[in-house]
Amino acid sequence: MTIVHDSVPTDLVGSVGLRGPRRDPAPLLPDAEPLRVLGTRAAVTGDPDLALDLYSRLVLGRRFNRQATTLTRQGRLAVYPASTGQEACQVTAAMVLADQDWLFPSYRDTLAVVARGVAPIDALTLMRGHSHCGYDPYEHRIAPLATPLATQAVHAVGLAHAARLRAAADPRASAANVVALALVGDGGTSEGDFHEALNFAAVLRAPVVFLVQNNGYAISVPLAKQTAAPTLAHKAVGYGMPGRLVDGNDALAMHQVLTESVAHARAGRGPVLVEAITYRLEAHTNADDATRYRSAAEVDDWRTRDPLTRLEAHLRAHGQLTDATAERLAAQAEELAAEIRAQFEAAPEPDPRSLFAHVYATPTSQLREQAADLDARLALDAEFAADNSHNFDHTDHADHAAEGAGGQLDRDHDGRGDLR
Amino acid sequence: MSGAAAVTSEPAGTPAGRPVGLPAGEPAATSMTMVKALNLALRDSLRDDPTVHILGEDVGALGGVFRVTDGLAAEFGPDRCLDTPLAEAGILGTAIGMAMYGLRPVVEMQFDAFAYPAFEQLFSHVAKMRNRTGGRMALPITIRVPYGGGVGGVEHHSDSSEAYYAHTPGLHVVTPATVADSYGLLRAAIASDDPVVLCEPKRLYWTTGPLEETAPIGRAVVRRTGTSATLLTYGPSLPICLEAARAAEEEGFDLAVVDLRSLVPFDDETVSAAVRATGRAIVVHEASGFGGIGAEIAARVTERCFHQLAAPVLRVTGYDIPYPPPMLEKHHLPSVDRILDAVARLQWEQ
Repeated sequence: MTIVHDSVPTDLVGSVGLRGPRRDPAPLLPDAEPLRVLGTRAAVTGDPDLALDLYSRLVLGRRFNRQATTLTRQGRLAVYPASTGQEACQVTAAMVLADQDWLFPSYRDTLAVVARGVAPIDALTLMRGHSHCGYDPYEHRIAPLATPLATQAVHAVGLAHAARLRAAADPRASAANVVALALVGDGGTSEGDFHEALNFAAVLRAPVVFLVQNNGYAISVPLAKQTAAPTLAHKAVGYGMPGRLVDGNDALAMHQVLTESVAHARAGRGPVLVEAITYRLEAHTNADDATRYRSAAEVDDWRTRDPLTRLEAHLRAHGQLTDATAERLAAQAEELAAEIRAQFEAAPEPDPRSLFAHVYATPTSQLREQAADLDARLALDAEFAADNSHNFDHTDHADHAAEGAGGQLDRDHDGRGDLR
Repeated sequence: MSGAAAVTSEPAGTPAGRPVGLPAGEPAATSMTMVKALNLALRDSLRDDPTVHILGEDVGALGGVFRVTDGLAAEFGPDRCLDTPLAEAGILGTAIGMAMYGLRPVVEMQFDAFAYPAFEQLFSHVAKMRNRTGGRMALPITIRVPYGGGVGGVEHHSDSSEAYYAHTPGLHVVTPATVADSYGLLRAAIASDDPVVLCEPKRLYWTTGPLEETAPIGRAVVRRTGTSATLLTYGPSLPICLEAARAAEEEGFDLAVVDLRSLVPFDDETVSAAVRATGRAIVVHEASGFGGIGAEIAARVTERCFHQLAAPVLRVTGYDIPYPPPMLEKHHLPSVDRILDAVARLQWEQ
């Protein structure tokens, strides 16, 4: 049996003719309203341990975002696209995956990478400007953070397809039942690669969950200028996969929908598109000025729907979160922040000699010549630095940059998230 | 040993004890078309390595528009030779994911100009993945691109896109000009742990020749020795250069002809030696000259052989125009006459 033949859908309407298969779109349609659990009976009857577990992850996630943002103000991160306000999406995306599954994050998904077990310093090497990907993708089964939007969604399809192929070739292989979860934003859904990823996934019946975090803006452009679709989840129907609409600031709902979607894909029923309605509480990055394109009133309104405070209110209303527990979680979050700061204190500088090491499996003769040239320059720099060690070091531009960043820190400092 | 040779001196997929370029069970003297040799290379790779997977448009039942994948889906099944939806970024992006999971995908881009939608996947991911992951994630993908003109193709079917690929660090770019090299280079590309773009000269698809032992990726070859001047060329322009060399004999010139075969890695050693031997050089290729492979070669040769050169390195290339309609392409493509004119301009009056 082959994967390709196996992929012909079984829910056809009529026969497969020249016009291709015809399927009933009704089962694929998303619900009219985003799924909510908080505030419903299901939240009360659900597993209280899960709710508290989710809350603790949100607390850590929020603290991570705050610490990373502070590091940009200190000049220790070149840039940080915060997922503040989107933590429910981030932590559940990591949480629902099994060990053998793969995560395909985009640049705003550092928190999801950390939530899947990568050390913060390694997850942040891209934003630090140290190295493009500081973690081993195979150790954690996480692809590198993708900056070209939606390009990595296609990789998720290929990987999930390959896992199916290998499982078919050897049913005892660990490749069995691997699911890939691709993280995309609302802006990313306009990219051609998003379309191609969904189409390939559906045609190949690849076990992929596409999670669109619809945070309302692609940098400055609001969703209304991004799409005329009824919802982004409706796009699934055109590809022949189910679309799910979920309240992305409801951690319980996120956990439920993603768990169901991963199970759907794992069972060999093909891909799922999930649209999570959330909001980016911070600017696009520390370099962005969100006041140019959205009002304070709008942001304040979304703060009332903060995933953290909503879950906290639920837990407290039902006696599932005591002050003692809240204090313990806050202390754990401070421990995480302190650990991140310590990791940054001890973080090594990148080695210039690494520039040529991984362009090819073996460097070409041309690259070896260029590496020798750089080596010679580094040796001269070191010699010069040694000769002038008693003077101000004119060769060390990094010191000037650090000084500049420090000066800016003093000017920009507004007290928020100050940890140092 | 030169650096270039070290890159691919041990193609993993080549069974030990057999020279590169000779398929099992085929007598070395067997003459076949380039299409057949490429087909044979794919078949042998599919047979020898279960991780090899072909994907592309029309590669299944049709066997590809040029029939390079003829019979492979029937022999190895649709999973090993997959007809994909018609979307080049999707094809290459899917191949990337498959390579991440340990497969060795071979992608067919139906025509040179049809590969452009896949450029982002190629440049931002295929070329960079090993580098951006600190060597942890290699992408052993082969991208086959039928390229070049001279076949009467209408718009968007005759581009020479090799310079785009060669300008991108992280990609190997090879282009065969003979039947033997088409087999050897494709097998070496599939066996390589780095991504390789195989630019297949479609005007040579139906030329015939024997299967012979070939060198690994990264080695140029002197196709004709000479004493007057050295023609540096590759892919579709090799037969024209050899013809020009024969014609030049009547005018008293003894031209050497070098077939580069591998644009990246570039074989400086062979090229420099061949230019020093004559002191004069002309680069010949179909692609537009400005910012092209010929410009790079002229610069490299000048940097390395300046004191042995008796004349500036000249270029005979396609004009700096969009590829013309087929009824005009003969004026655009390098020809024997244009090459001989260039030879005449190599400052023979001392």
